[in-house]
Amino acid sequence: MSSDGIPGPDSEVALRVKAMESLLLEKGLVESSAIDALIDMFENRLGPWNGAQVVARAWTDPEYKAWLLQDGTGAIADMGFDAVQGEDMVVVENTPQVHNIVVCTLCSCFPWATLGLPPVWYKSAPFRSRAASDPRGVLAEFGTEIGADTEVRVWDSNAELRYMVLPERPTGTDGLDAEALAKLVTRDSMIGVTKVAPPD
Amino acid sequence: MNGIHDMGGMHGFGTIMETVDAPQFHEEWERRTMGLVNAMMAGFQFSVDEFRYAIERMAPAHYLGSSYYEHWLEGTMTLLLEKGVFSQAELDARLADLSTEQNGEPA
Repeated sequence: MSSDGIPGPDSEVALRVKAMESLLLEKGLVESSAIDALIDMFENRLGPWNGAQVVARAWTDPEYKAWLLQDGTGAIADMGFDAVQGEDMVVVENTPQVHNIVVCTLCSCFPWATLGLPPVWYKSAPFRSRAASDPRGVLAEFGTEIGADTEVRVWDSNAELRYMVLPERPTGTDGLDAEALAKLVTRDSMIGVTKVAPPD
Repeated sequence: MNGIHDMGGMHGFGTIMETVDAPQFHEEWERRTMGLVNAMMAGFQFSVDEFRYAIERMAPAHYLGSSYYEHWLEGTMTLLLEKGVFSQAELDARLADLSTEQNGEPA
C-alpha cells in the first residue's frame, strides 16, 4: 500500500509495461523518442501556468473575458493553448453569487492544455464519488467555505467536453498587471476547489 | 455502462486529503505508461473512447484495488490484445524473458 492509500504498484506491473513497450517498439508501432517527447510535453510544457495566463487576461481585459465565457475553446486557442484534450472547452465564472467546481466522476477528464495532467486527488475515488453529491463538504475539506447564499454548481467533465473555472479576482489586486496576477492563480482555483488568495 | 467506474454518489471512499500531496507519478513505470498511451493515441492505434471503455471493462474488484496508471496499463493491454497487435503468447514470452533478465539468470 502506498502513502496515498491506493494499492501500490509492484515490479510485476513495471515488467508488464516494459514487455508492452518492447513489443510495440519491435513492431514499429511507437518510437521511444516519441514517448520521451510526450512525457516532456506533459511534465514541462502543459500545466496550470497556461491556465493562469488565461485567467489573468480575462481579469484585465473585459472583451477577452466575454469571449472566454462565450467561446472558451476559441478564446483559449487565441493564447496558443489548443493542444491535446482542450479541443472543446467551457469556462465557467465564479462570482459572489455562484461558485463552480469541476469533477470527472467517471475517470479523470481534465483540460490538459490549460491545466496539465490532473492531480492525484482529482482522479481519486473520494473526490469522484463525493464532488457531485456533497460539493460543500468537499470544498470544506479544501478549506473553502462557501456562503449559504451562494449557489454551488458542479460540472461533470467528459472525454469530449472539458471545464475550467474562472476564479474570482481577489481584492487588493487593482494595481497588478496580467503577469503579476497570473502568479496568484493556482491550479486548484481553476478546478474550483479553492479561491485565489489575495497577495501577501 | 453502469460499472464500477461510475463513482458519482457512491459512499465510503474516505477523505480527499489523503491524496492531496501525492506525486503525479509514484514510480517510473507510471510516467512511461502515460507517455506510451499518449503515443498510441497520437498514432491512432486506438481512440480515447476505446481506451476509456477498455478501462471501464476491468473487473470491478481489480479496478478498485489498482492504481490509476494500472488502469491505463490494463486498458491498453486489453485493446492491443483485442486488436491483435500482439498475442497473449507473445506477451507471456516477453514477460518471461524480462523476468529472467531482471533476476540475473541466464535466459
